[in-house]
Amino acid sequence: MFLGRVIGNLVATQKEPKYEGKALLLVQPVSPEGNGDGEAIVAVDSVGSGAGETVLVVIEGRSSSIAMGQKLAPANAAIVGIVDHIDWES
Amino acid sequence: MDLARVIGRVVCTQKDESLNGRKLLLVQPLTIEGLDTGTPLVAIDAVGAGAGERIFYVTGREASFAFIPDHVPTDATIVGIVDQVNLL
Amino acid sequence: MFLARVAGTVVATRKDPKLEGYKLLLVAPVDLDGNDKGGYVVAIDTVNAGYRETVIVVRGSSARMAEGMNERPVDASIIGIVDTADVDD
Repeated sequence: MFLGRVIGNLVATQKEPKYEGKALLLVQPVSPEGNGDGEAIVAVDSVGSGAGETVLVVIEGRSSSIAMGQKLAPANAAIVGIVDHIDWES
Repeated sequence: MDLARVIGRVVCTQKDESLNGRKLLLVQPLTIEGLDTGTPLVAIDAVGAGAGERIFYVTGREASFAFIPDHVPTDATIVGIVDQVNLL
Repeated sequence: MFLARVAGTVVATRKDPKLEGYKLLLVAPVDLDGNDKGGYVVAIDTVNAGYRETVIVVRGSSARMAEGMNERPVDASIIGIVDTADVDD
């Protein structure tokens, strides 16, 4: 998993049926210190995270399907947790 | 999943049988600000995307899941048409 | 799999129910001499690893092969605590 910051959302009326009812968020990968690190991605949200929150993201197919409550969804990135805090020694 | 814009269409007469009747689109990956990034790729359309539309696509093995129960040999599939991007 | 140093913990109260009760650790990949290679991964701990220990991390779909991780949304698991790692000259 990696850490990301929710920087926006997507509105998509027409989408693959397994995405119905799922929020699509734009997530900027961040370092443990909170610095932006690489390009933002689109991730399915199953935990109700919101703008500005630091989240835990899985980038893998089956994990995304599990998070979406689907068997085999055409998705490979999902938010699986909202980070309260990080203890870290670089 | 990543954002892209539909910039063209690819027509193949001779192709894998499972691709019959499926739309092959050329998409240009975009940054969240809507700027081109990287090189265009070919993606199969699962949602009825059209020319110029902003879409999001999934890559890798999961790309083929959009067509279950059919076995489609794709590693990039368009899974949604973007109406709006809201940035903080 | 790769070697990593446990560098921190991540606390997430609101998370996928399938992750309840598991420890999330921040691990920093290290080379054979124990030096940081840069970057980090958040991994599920299945072996009770502790702070600063060197561990083995498995990524991708194999992460769900770790004990108890079947059908859980994880893509990185700590599957061993390294006692020693020797390299033949």
